[in-house]
Amino acid sequence: MIGSVSTVRISFRALWVNKMRSFLTMLGIIIGVGAVITMIAVGKGTSEQVSKQIATVGSNMIIVLPGSTTAGGVRGGMGTQMTLTRDDAEAIERECSAVLYAAPILSGVAQIVYGNQNWATSVQGTATNILAVRDLSLTAGRNFTDQDIRNSTKVCILGQTVVNMLFGGMEPINQTVRIKKVPFMVIGVLESKGQSVIGRDQDDVIYIPLTTAQKRIFGTTFPGMVHTIAVKARSAEDLSRAEEQITQLLRQRHRIGPKQEDDFSVRNLTQMLELAQQAAKAMALLLAAIASISLLVGGIGIMNIMLVSVTERTREIGIRMAVGAKTWDIRLQFIIEAITLSLIGGMIGIILGIIASQLLSYFAGLTTIISPLAVILAVGFSGLVGVFFGFYPAYKASLLNPIDALRYE
Amino acid sequence: MALIETVDLYKIYDMGDSPVHALDGVSVSIDHGDFVAIMGPSGSGKSTFMNLIGCLDQPTRGLYRLDGVDVGRLGRDELAAIRNAKIGFVFQGFNLLARTTALENVELPMLYNSISASDRRRKALAALKTLGLEGREHHTPQQLSGGQQQRVAIARALVNDAPVLLADEPTGNLDTKTSVEIMELMVRLNREARITIVLVTHEPDIAAYSKRIIRFLDGVVVSDERRG
Repeated sequence: MIGSVSTVRISFRALWVNKMRSFLTMLGIIIGVGAVITMIAVGKGTSEQVSKQIATVGSNMIIVLPGSTTAGGVRGGMGTQMTLTRDDAEAIERECSAVLYAAPILSGVAQIVYGNQNWATSVQGTATNILAVRDLSLTAGRNFTDQDIRNSTKVCILGQTVVNMLFGGMEPINQTVRIKKVPFMVIGVLESKGQSVIGRDQDDVIYIPLTTAQKRIFGTTFPGMVHTIAVKARSAEDLSRAEEQITQLLRQRHRIGPKQEDDFSVRNLTQMLELAQQAAKAMALLLAAIASISLLVGGIGIMNIMLVSVTERTREIGIRMAVGAKTWDIRLQFIIEAITLSLIGGMIGIILGIIASQLLSYFAGLTTIISPLAVILAVGFSGLVGVFFGFYPAYKASLLNPIDALRYE
Repeated sequence: MALIETVDLYKIYDMGDSPVHALDGVSVSIDHGDFVAIMGPSGSGKSTFMNLIGCLDQPTRGLYRLDGVDVGRLGRDELAAIRNAKIGFVFQGFNLLARTTALENVELPMLYNSISASDRRRKALAALKTLGLEGREHHTPQQLSGGQQQRVAIARALVNDAPVLLADEPTGNLDTKTSVEIMELMVRLNREARITIVLVTHEPDIAAYSKRIIRFLDGVVVSDERRG
């Protein structure tokens, strides 16, 4: 068998001589690999984004919302009836074994003023455990204490967006801001969490002690009223058990009879997101599968052209055999041609796929992630396509009878 | 010892009902340095004979020794190696690779043995120079005249220092003047480089350049005469 360097040279020459055809053959692989790379990038990006959102919502999260009012047959929407109380939250944390923390929340939008700056944001009155429930951490200052809650202290913890809007570059800790004209001292600043699943800025928030919110800011229609209760289960496995325990406990506490509907609703946020993530993964797999089909079609295109090429170059094969080319010299020549076509096509496809992914994230706002593994797989797979679809034509060429091949017109 | 020696060579094609005896017991011996013309009408078996001694085909029966080696029992790849080392082919239709330069065409046989790239280049250039093709190294066959193309083909046949040159109607596609040039070139190669030449032709004028004429008819040798 001859040196591989000359075989590669022979193959390159043959491809170069038929530039246009080589390019058109490659196009199948280019599109296939490009599609695979792009689709994997989109799929990975989407599922990564969902994972990130799960992390920002807080892991193992359950939200308890109040139910709807029914007045004279007219049913108000969810949350129109205030049925939840601070005691409910404390009972949940105390009595439900699957629950780690339960934070009561009374919230509303209020105008915040600092110096000559002002900003409307979500003000949430809550308990000290909110940081643990939402997986929040402080970049500066401190959390509230139980004493703050007991004494309805006028202190607040600011989200990053609020800090940026009111303070610019200044240090907010120990400064006084006014919420609905009531002065509050800033005791802590939260670490940035970015956007939520639905695109809400999770940093655009102020936490104050629940009791302060109830007495000073929002007021309550009955003592201890809260809007929602944010619950953190002990673990992902405990989520559905926690849901059951909360439902049971609240039905009992609210004295709801066996035939009556709940006056609250329990939502498992993490589970919803995990479903979304599964859907994203399935979608990514589907996209990659469809893209792989185009790669397969590209491979068949290579085989087709190689078969045509073998027929067309029968005389050349005959000449090569006459001057001493052996079976594997001929086979290798055509296999290397096929591999060269598919590898170069693969490389161009990767570049195209990366560009397409960037364009998608730029113009369509999709998150795309180019994984090195996908690139390596694409190159490897396109090489394999070359070997696989190049082998049969090469095999056919090597079996030609030199006498017939030389006479071929 | 004869360079080419066949003993009772048969080539029988199975064509349905009746087998066709393309060669029907041919015994020929050609010595080193000989210049043989093979003549005969079409279907006489001369082409089959050339294919066999060119190691492009295997006999049905009989013995063929090339340079002392019994070629009859070798496989496909072993035959390819023998063709590469011992035999140079010149065809009526030149059979050069299209869109490939003269130099690369001449280098072709050396791609299939273990000659280094620089030696390959050097030997190909030398062969082209010997055949008076200096300055045409980078021309493709389409840019060369018929006579020049045939000389490239001869350069290709000789470049591996093969002792035997097999020429199948080498002047068939050439005009008279060019034919004369090519035949004179062959005579010179035979005389000066001691290349053994076996030539198939149906033109007496061309056969006249050889030292010996073997005539075929219906698969057997009917005459074998040495000239002057």
